Amino acid sequence: MRHDFGYFMREGVGNLFSHGFMSFAAIGITVACLLIMGTFSLVAYNAEKLLETLQSEYEILAFVDEGYNDAQTKAVGEALKKLPNVKAVEFITREEAMEAFEERTLDDYMRAHIEPDMFRDRYAVYVNDLNTVNQTAKAVHDADGVDDVRVDEDIAGGFILVRNVAGAVSLTLIAILLVVSVFIISNTIRLTTFDRRDEIAVMKMVGATNWFIRWPFVYEGFLLGLLSSVIAFGLQWLVYATVAKSIAAADTLQFLRTVPFAEIWRPVALSFGAAGVVIGVGGSLTAIRKFLQV
Amino acid sequence: MIRLKDVEKEYENGTYALRGISLTIEDGEFVFLVGPSGSGKSTIIKLLTGEILPTAGRVVVNGFSLTKISDRQIPLLRRSIGVIFQDFRLIEKKTVYENLSFAMRAVGASPRTIRSRIPYVLELVGLEEKADQYPHELSGGEQQRVAIARALVNNPYTIIADEPTGNLDPARSLEIMRLLNRINELGTTVVIVTHERDLVNRFHKRVVLLEAGQITGDGIGYDAR
Ligand SMILES: Nc1ncnc2c1ncn2[C@@H]1O[C@H](COP(=O)(O)OP(=O)(O)OP(=O)(O)O)[C@@H](O)[C@H]1O
Ligand SMILES: [Mg+2]
Repeated sequence: MRHDFGYFMREGVGNLFSHGFMSFAAIGITVACLLIMGTFSLVAYNAEKLLETLQSEYEILAFVDEGYNDAQTKAVGEALKKLPNVKAVEFITREEAMEAFEERTLDDYMRAHIEPDMFRDRYAVYVNDLNTVNQTAKAVHDADGVDDVRVDEDIAGGFILVRNVAGAVSLTLIAILLVVSVFIISNTIRLTTFDRRDEIAVMKMVGATNWFIRWPFVYEGFLLGLLSSVIAFGLQWLVYATVAKSIAAADTLQFLRTVPFAEIWRPVALSFGAAGVVIGVGGSLTAIRKFLQV
Repeated sequence: MIRLKDVEKEYENGTYALRGISLTIEDGEFVFLVGPSGSGKSTIIKLLTGEILPTAGRVVVNGFSLTKISDRQIPLLRRSIGVIFQDFRLIEKKTVYENLSFAMRAVGASPRTIRSRIPYVLELVGLEEKADQYPHELSGGEQQRVAIARALVNNPYTIIADEPTGNLDPARSLEIMRLLNRINELGTTVVIVTHERDLVNRFHKRVVLLEAGQITGDGIGYDAR
C-alpha cells in the first residue's frame, strides 16, 4: 500500500489539536530542554574557541643564561624546539624585549630610564595543547641554558576548567534532557492513542496494517519535535545575541570574545532540528511500541 | 472456507475453553453457532479472526493457516472477514458515513471507491437516510445495521457475528437476522453466534451446538439435531 502522506499528516495534525493543552505543554517542556542543551553546548563551544585563540597566543618565556654566547643560545633554541608539546619557539633579543615593554608601559619616567641591559635574551615558546602546559613549562625550565621561565598558568587553567566543565555538563545534560523530552512527548502521544483506542480497535478489526495505524502518531511526534525545535532555535538566537551583547558591553569581560551567532546559525539550526525530530519521533515510537502486537 | 481440525484452546490461566473441535464451513454457507454460556463460542470467533492462537490443532480461514500466519498476513486475513459484535463498536465521534469511510480508508481504498461503495451498502442495510447522523442519534437496531454495513463495506468473503442481537428486542433481532440472511443470499458466508433459540428456529439453517468446549450437535435447525 502506498504511503498516504496527506492522510497521515492530516490525522497527525488532528491528533495535535485534539489535545491542544497537552501538546502545548509538551512543546513548552521540549523547548526548555532544547534551550538548556543548546545554551550549555554554546558555552562549551565558545570556551573551546577562546581556548584555541588563547593557545595560539599563549607563550612560555624562557630566559637564556647570561653567560651563554650566540652559538650556545642558538643551541638552547634548538633544544627547546624538540621538547614535547612545543609548537614553535621564537628568539627575542633584549632590545626587542625592551621595545615591546616600552610599547606596553604607560609610565613615561620608566620609559625614559630603561636600558636593554635590564632585559635578558629570551625564547618565547608556543605550545600545541594548553592542557599540559605545566609539564611543558617544567621541561623548558629544566632545559640546559634556561635560567628561568615565566608562565601565565592561571588564565589558562581557568579556561580549561570552564571548557571541561561546560563540555561535561552539556554532555550529561543532553543525555538527561533527551530522555526527559522523549518521555514527555511519548506521554502526550500515549494520551492520544488512548483517546483513539476505539478507532485503533476498528482499524485492527478491518485489517489495517500496523504501520497504517502508527503513521499518524509518528507524524504527531514529528510535528511536536519540529515545532519545539523551531521555537527553541528562535529563543536560543535571542538569548545568545543578548548575552553576547552584554558581554561585549561589560568592561571587565572584554577579553571574552564570543563567536557571532550569524557565523554559527546553520549548524545550530541543524542540531536543533535534528534533536527535535529525534525527540519527537523517538517519543512517538516509544508510545506506540505496544501496538507492535496485532 | 473455514476449517478447524482437532482444535484445542487452553487460556494462560489454565481454563480449557476448547477440547478438540473439528468443523468445516463451506463458502456460501449460513451457520448458527449455539451453546450455553462459557461453552467456547467467542473463543472460536477469536481464533477465526487471529486474535488468539490455538494451543493444538489447525485453523484455516479463507486460505490463511492461522497456526502458521505471520504478523504481516494478519491484516490480509482480517480483510477477508467482516466482524460484528453485540456492542456494535461504532466510533461515536463519526457519522454513519464516516464510520464506513474510515473502515475503507484503513485498508487503503481510494476516495472514488469509497464514494461509490458506501451508498450501495447503506441501501442494502436500509440506512440511506441516516448517512449523516451520529451513532447516538440511532436506535440499537439501526446502530447494529451500521455495524453490519461496516463489516460488509470492504466486501469480505465471510461475515462473523458474535451475538449480534444480544442488545436488541425480538422484533429488531428478527430484522437483523433477516438482513444477515439476505447478505448470505448475495454470496457471503455468514457465521452467527447466538443464544436465541426461538430466533434460530425461525430459519431453516445449519446449527452447530457447542457444549463445554466440544461440538455436541451439527445439523439443520436447533431442535432437530
Ligand atoms: N481471555 C480469557 N482468559 C481466560 N479464560 C477465558 C478467556 N476468555 C474466555 N475464557 C474462558 O473460556 C471459556 C469459554 O469462554 P467463551 O467466551 O468462549 O464462552 P462463550 O461461549 O462465548 O460464552 P457466552 O455465551 O457467555 O459469551 C469460559 O470458561 C471463559 O471463562
Ligand atoms: Mg461469548
